[in-house]
Amino acid sequence: MSATGREERILDIIETARAKRPRFRDERVTMAHGAGGKATQGMIEGLFVPAFGSPALAALGDAGLLAVDGAELAFTTDAFVVTPLRFPGGSIGELAVNGTVNDLAVAGARPLALSLSLILEEGLPSDALRAEVDAIARAAKAAGVELVAGDTKVVERGHADGMYVTTAGIGRRDPRSALSPGALRPGDRILLSGTIGEHGTAIMLARGEFELGAEIASDTRSLWPAADALLEAAGPALRCMRDATRGGVASVLNELARASGVGLLAREAAVPVQPAVAGACELLGIDPLYVANEGVLVAFVAPQAADAALAALRSVAGCEQAAAIGEVRAEPPGMVLVETSFGGRRVMDQLVGDPLPRIC
Amino acid sequence: MRFVDEFRDAELGRAVATEILAAVEPGRHYKLMEVCGGHTHSIYKYGVDDLLPRNVELVHGPGCPVCVIPMGRVDDGIAIAREPGVIFTCFGDMMRVPGSEGSLLEAKAAGADVRMVYSPLDALRIAKANPEREVVFFAIGFETTAPSTALTLKRAHAEGVRNFSCMCNHVTIVPPLRALLDSPDLRLDGFIGPGHVSTVVGARPFQFIPADYGKPVVIAGFEPLDILHAIRMLLAQLAEGRCAVENQYTRVVPWEGNLRALEAMAEVFELRPHFEWRGLGFISQSGLRLSDAYADLDAERRFAVPGVRVADPKACQCGEVLKGVIKPWECKVFGTACTPERPIGTCMVSSEGACAAYYNFGRFQREREAV
Repeated sequence: MSATGREERILDIIETARAKRPRFRDERVTMAHGAGGKATQGMIEGLFVPAFGSPALAALGDAGLLAVDGAELAFTTDAFVVTPLRFPGGSIGELAVNGTVNDLAVAGARPLALSLSLILEEGLPSDALRAEVDAIARAAKAAGVELVAGDTKVVERGHADGMYVTTAGIGRRDPRSALSPGALRPGDRILLSGTIGEHGTAIMLARGEFELGAEIASDTRSLWPAADALLEAAGPALRCMRDATRGGVASVLNELARASGVGLLAREAAVPVQPAVAGACELLGIDPLYVANEGVLVAFVAPQAADAALAALRSVAGCEQAAAIGEVRAEPPGMVLVETSFGGRRVMDQLVGDPLPRIC
Repeated sequence: MRFVDEFRDAELGRAVATEILAAVEPGRHYKLMEVCGGHTHSIYKYGVDDLLPRNVELVHGPGCPVCVIPMGRVDDGIAIAREPGVIFTCFGDMMRVPGSEGSLLEAKAAGADVRMVYSPLDALRIAKANPEREVVFFAIGFETTAPSTALTLKRAHAEGVRNFSCMCNHVTIVPPLRALLDSPDLRLDGFIGPGHVSTVVGARPFQFIPADYGKPVVIAGFEPLDILHAIRMLLAQLAEGRCAVENQYTRVVPWEGNLRALEAMAEVFELRPHFEWRGLGFISQSGLRLSDAYADLDAERRFAVPGVRVADPKACQCGEVLKGVIKPWECKVFGTACTPERPIGTCMVSSEGACAAYYNFGRFQREREAV
């Protein structure tokens, strides 16, 4: 067999192996299973999806979509274990509301109501609890959702780090939305709703492990106004939205390139990053495209509606720096390429392991 | 960012790329090795290789400190981490490197107290904050990181911190380069010399490469323009039939190195007779251990470690990949027994290793070459 033929055969073997459904074979749960990368994927697709078997879950969207007697609903849940509990720009309570609201918003659903369940550690100062309850109430009011159910548990000292928060949320699917992760077509534009990397960098600095004096605040906010503006401006030309949380913008782009079987090209120079975030990331040796956000969405829009969608996005408070950062291409399928600000191109891969656990 | 953006200027980059294109002889294939993992990282991050003519190939060298740690050393580290009362500290990317029975990350999940630190001083700080626990630092890296380990050990010694010790896996850069150059089937035309290592050891230790092996070396910085500039300088040497050690990174690297750092290393460390490298086997006088004066801080003497050598599988051909003799896909275990999820050799362990990069992006690279 010729050398080229052999190489081709080996590339085929690799592709077949990658296309196989991920399996969950690990002996124990490690921190990697919580990091959102390959290990998490193996656990979800190898253990949870086959066990529960519902088509709404198997779609692996940010929220499950349900039709109940003609009503189109979206339902989602999220747990929050961030440390420290309070950080510049937000706190665990605010994250817990916005995180669930945003999962509904990017699924094209207007958030309606949340449930709240708290796991509190014995000895938690009442003032800390009161502060989080206030933060939750304020964030819910700002996002226009009601808290309609809840539960509380207390565990012995040492069994929870102050508090853990879980929220579940229900929303009504917006009639303007026709979103699907498989809907991306060559030529579609990639829009980003604002500057990236603030949440992850703020948490990193708040932990005090690095002695950097930078002032960086988390970007936690409700993304419903941004989603609403995009739906209004682009309607069915809006192909898909995702909030770029754990794993950052890079992970969202990789997931959707695979889901749609298309190539994505992003231009690094077009990606808005605050100078303080860029500086901190430079010093820590991390790429802001992989850093978590709590108030940034990525939207894919058909070319004819892209300008209007971007203008609409920029008119939303907190999204003034929204930008078009790249486009969808036919090739290479399933891959994300970045044109670096230096001029070269590189492949931007899925995150293998998150160096920073418990960020949300 | 001032003093950084200047070295990432796309226009200057294009200008140097044009000069490089003019400097290559048509029909000649150039294989240049960047020795240092930091250079590999910059090349990927900025897409530097994308700006090069197709007949200038960059070969990723053995300078990724995490990837070269053999399985037996990881096993020894895990054995110490499992000892009751031990807090085992290491750099984050070391935690995922597999030993023969799993990684430190898996040992942590099974109950060992393994913690990620950003510097050896953090490990010493943990030791002082937990006087009732034994705190061990798993030290890795070339001459770049060895001085900070040395200074930490000096401080622990001076302050009499009794519950701190170090499992030393520091290595030196010259012996593996010599091992590569000694191989009769080497196919490299020149070397991009390691910038960070050279800030410590200086440029002098690399003079054997042109003197004994007739290959040019250019020590380079880590910004994309630095790397392109160094490639330009290497091609100029090759075109003029010269070979010498040149220093592109003069703003940081002094010819003589950093004497104080070298003194601290000489006091704290001594050469091991030989040290095993993942994928490259045993290399004489390539590893460091603690000197007798610091024996009481040596984790390998404080704890019973198995010290069992776990052989790299025979089929692993990392050595040949590193030498540029074969392409990753020509290795017998590539893509079958050796994958990024279950790596065997050094080239697959790190995502920037030649084999891991080819596994993930091989089809894309080939399509690009076809354009």
